[in-house]
Amino acid sequence: MFRSPGDRLLLGSLRCVSVLAGAVVLLIVVFLLIESWPALRSVGPMRFLTDPSWHPAASDGGGGRFNLIPMLIGTLASTLGAVMLATPVGIASALFCRFYAPRRIATGYRRLLELLTGTPSVVFGLWGLQVLAPLICQWRPPGQSLLAGVLILTMMILPTVALLSESSLNSVPRAYLRGAAALGLSRWAAIRSVVLPAARGGIITAVLLATGRAIGETMAVLMVAGNVVRVPQSVFDPVRTLTANIALELGYAMDIHRSALFVSGLVLMVILTALIGVTEWIGGDRLDA
Amino acid sequence: MRYGWGAVLLVVFAGVGTYVFSHGLQADPSVPGDGLRGRLVLTGSSTVAPLAGEIAKRFEQLHPGVRVDVQTGGSSRGIADARRGTADIGMASRALKPKETDLTSHTIALDGISIILHSDNPSVALTDEQIAAIYTGKIAKWNQVGGPDAPITVVNKAEGRSTLELFLHHFKLNNEDIHAGIVIGDNQQGILTVAGDPNAIGYVSIGTASYEVSRGTKIRMMPMKGVEPSLANVRNGTFPLSRPLNLVTHGEVSQVAAAFIAFAQSPQVHDLVEAQYFVPIAR
Repeated sequence: MFRSPGDRLLLGSLRCVSVLAGAVVLLIVVFLLIESWPALRSVGPMRFLTDPSWHPAASDGGGGRFNLIPMLIGTLASTLGAVMLATPVGIASALFCRFYAPRRIATGYRRLLELLTGTPSVVFGLWGLQVLAPLICQWRPPGQSLLAGVLILTMMILPTVALLSESSLNSVPRAYLRGAAALGLSRWAAIRSVVLPAARGGIITAVLLATGRAIGETMAVLMVAGNVVRVPQSVFDPVRTLTANIALELGYAMDIHRSALFVSGLVLMVILTALIGVTEWIGGDRLDA
Repeated sequence: MRYGWGAVLLVVFAGVGTYVFSHGLQADPSVPGDGLRGRLVLTGSSTVAPLAGEIAKRFEQLHPGVRVDVQTGGSSRGIADARRGTADIGMASRALKPKETDLTSHTIALDGISIILHSDNPSVALTDEQIAAIYTGKIAKWNQVGGPDAPITVVNKAEGRSTLELFLHHFKLNNEDIHAGIVIGDNQQGILTVAGDPNAIGYVSIGTASYEVSRGTKIRMMPMKGVEPSLANVRNGTFPLSRPLNLVTHGEVSQVAAAFIAFAQSPQVHDLVEAQYFVPIAR
């Protein structure tokens, strides 16, 4: 294909690298399947949904119980809550940066958001554990709750939504804006009826990427959400997410218990795959258009 | 075969890397020392692991031919690995159970577990029955045990911790019967949780708790049966909730493992044991 040896070298190494990257994901799935097989075989997939509770290491009365539903609800509730808070705030801050803020303030604000993206989750977690949870506790004990988890997650995914939305606002052609101005539209009317529809695909992708991060987040949520395996009745009740469950118990689990934790990893993988599918389906065609 | 050589090169690199990695780490036969050489793997209790890691560092300095690898994973894993031979030495923060008589335990230190409250909580002392009732949800408010009119936040440990096992065993409880308000992973998280909630009750290692109390963290350690939770009372055996920190072996042990265990039990490591806020064993 290429004459020059340099190009051939480049192509060869790029192929190797992409095969490696793809293989890693496949290997993870294969590994998860192998590790969770003992639990899937001896416990059966249905019991992960119908067992009375999550007590995987119980030795009395017929061994462990493996209900993942409360943790599945914990993961979905905290993610959904965070996305519902972060989306409007993130888009608003992107609009502010792009259309309303003076250039200097916009640049400073963007740097701050970038700093927030790079902050390790343990830092958010420690802050939540020492400041946020006690604050909520003064209001509605015990403080470590679904609400605390949602707020921490919101802070973590907000910069992702804001920065990615802003870059998709930036990619709206200037001519659209000039056209809107020529029609005599106000700035807000132009944003609402021209810019936002044009940037919609990118903004949806931003939200879905942030959702992925919220689902996968472990440490910060583990530190503030209370980790009780129970379906929450209100936002002030503690929840345990699937990822927190793996982090809390994997180091101490053996045999079927360990294998059951890999099943919850598999469930997470399925959720993420579904999310990526949705991203492709909604965001993909608009981005190509 | 146009691009195949890249893959071949990759495989060769990986092979060479693996070879160097696995062989390069073996002890150089020219090192000075006492002839003791080899590699030890320790797995198990996350309470014992930091102490074992410090002891291992000092042991490696004394015996340059030995590499000690310390991995955490809970007492149960330490027991299982020692039995299966996956680890040379298991670490367990509890005494061996009756069905574990095939193993030998070597106590290297003692630790106690203390009930902790927020420092503003006026409830002075609770009886064992009251604590059991609180943890099973039968007592849900502090005013039922002479405190303010506030709900009790029960802080429990996550499954698999030997602290949890010891606590349940002492109060004759089942983990399924516990009505937890918050579940925590490690001691530090437990202490921060209780320090942030005036109505919380939790239990953590005495060593970690006394260190945090000395630093002014807002927690209070509660006496049990009239005995103050302190390292001195763990040492003299009067504190009811205490546990041995053990190294566990199965069958014949290698010369290196035997040397390491003897070293871990010797007075040469007492300063390390005390630095981790545990109680050295009297010999």
